[in-house]
Amino acid sequence: MKNHVLRPLWLVLAAIALLLAVRYLVVPSDFGVNGRSFTYGFHRLSNVADWQKFPDKYLGKEYCQDCHEEKVTENGSSKHRNIQCENCHGPAYGHPDNPEKLPIDRSRELCLRCHSQLPYPGSQRGQLKGIDPERHNPGQPCAECHNPHHPDQEVG
Amino acid sequence: MDCSRRTLLKSACAATAAATLPISAFRLFSPAECRAETGKPGTRWIFLVDTEKCVGCGLCVKACKLENEVPYDAPVTRTWVERYVITSDGKSHIDSPMGGRDGFTSPKIDGQEINPKEITKAFFVPKLCNQCDNPPCVQVCPVGATYQTSDGVVLVDRKWCIGCGYCIMACPYGVRFFHPEYKVAEKCTFCYHRISKGETTACVQACPFEARKIGNLRDPDDPVTKIVMTQRVGVLKDEYGTKPQVFYLGLDRNVR
Repeated sequence: MKNHVLRPLWLVLAAIALLLAVRYLVVPSDFGVNGRSFTYGFHRLSNVADWQKFPDKYLGKEYCQDCHEEKVTENGSSKHRNIQCENCHGPAYGHPDNPEKLPIDRSRELCLRCHSQLPYPGSQRGQLKGIDPERHNPGQPCAECHNPHHPDQEVG
Repeated sequence: MDCSRRTLLKSACAATAAATLPISAFRLFSPAECRAETGKPGTRWIFLVDTEKCVGCGLCVKACKLENEVPYDAPVTRTWVERYVITSDGKSHIDSPMGGRDGFTSPKIDGQEINPKEITKAFFVPKLCNQCDNPPCVQVCPVGATYQTSDGVVLVDRKWCIGCGYCIMACPYGVRFFHPEYKVAEKCTFCYHRISKGETTACVQACPFEARKIGNLRDPDDPVTKIVMTQRVGVLKDEYGTKPQVFYLGLDRNVR
């Protein structure tokens, strides 16, 4: 066959070979249809394990109880018992090694998330005990008078 | 080929019988379908939001952002809480400042004072990824970076995502966004790292009012599955055909 026909043919074949070689090197072996169909399951299978390895930051009341049993028990009989420790004390990830102390959120804004009065009929928010933050001791931290662990008790 | 009268009649009968069979008789079952048919219990994560219980404290949003390392002060979030205030003139006032991250502490909506006497109903609606059975965000991904796991959760492969943004446009619920640090598409994973270990999601754990719950649809004894099966639950934007798997109790028609 003539050269001007063969030369582009070799070029095309070389390009295809290069493409296949690059594809072999770059695309991981677990990439493909790994699910119910091509439309929804075309992915790298090991990514599922990557997501599962992500570390937890919020460890839950049970974790806090191991060392702070007294506080958890005190809180357990109060109206605030359904509130996780970490909602106010911050996520316990790494604690007590690093950070040694968790930063406590003592701001009024934290309490106002629930206890700023909103006149909403049909919503549970309207039934929660609430204040008008601009009239009820503005600027003063709530915890000076109210015990957040046991709101019915005096601050001791 | 030898063709006696007997073999001809035999083949003719067989061909007629085959022709009368419906086309569905020849359908091949996929492995997933076979598993579903034989009743082997698997996992299909679903979510239940009780809008009657939500008070708009936003602790779920805060917990989600810290748990999943979503930049705290960036205006993006995997889950958010919307406030709906319907007034007697029929208008609905909707807001979600910073996704409700700091809760709803002011009665003003977008700086606008609303007379409490004019409020006919007001409520909060938490939103998150619906982990659709037919996720449009997965269909449009040109590189196979986003996918549905075998237990129904839609995830994004951060190494594979090219950041084209098709999925962000495709999601009818506006759940997806660009991660400002990783520069890839980001979305709620139902805290896949937690539920895979038998824990609950960060938002469910943080909610003091049990307005959020996660469950397994394939487990008939699961309390969430029981509610979804026996009570009146709604879903968002059913008309899109995405088959969302986040179910709502007490959903109002004003919710969009």
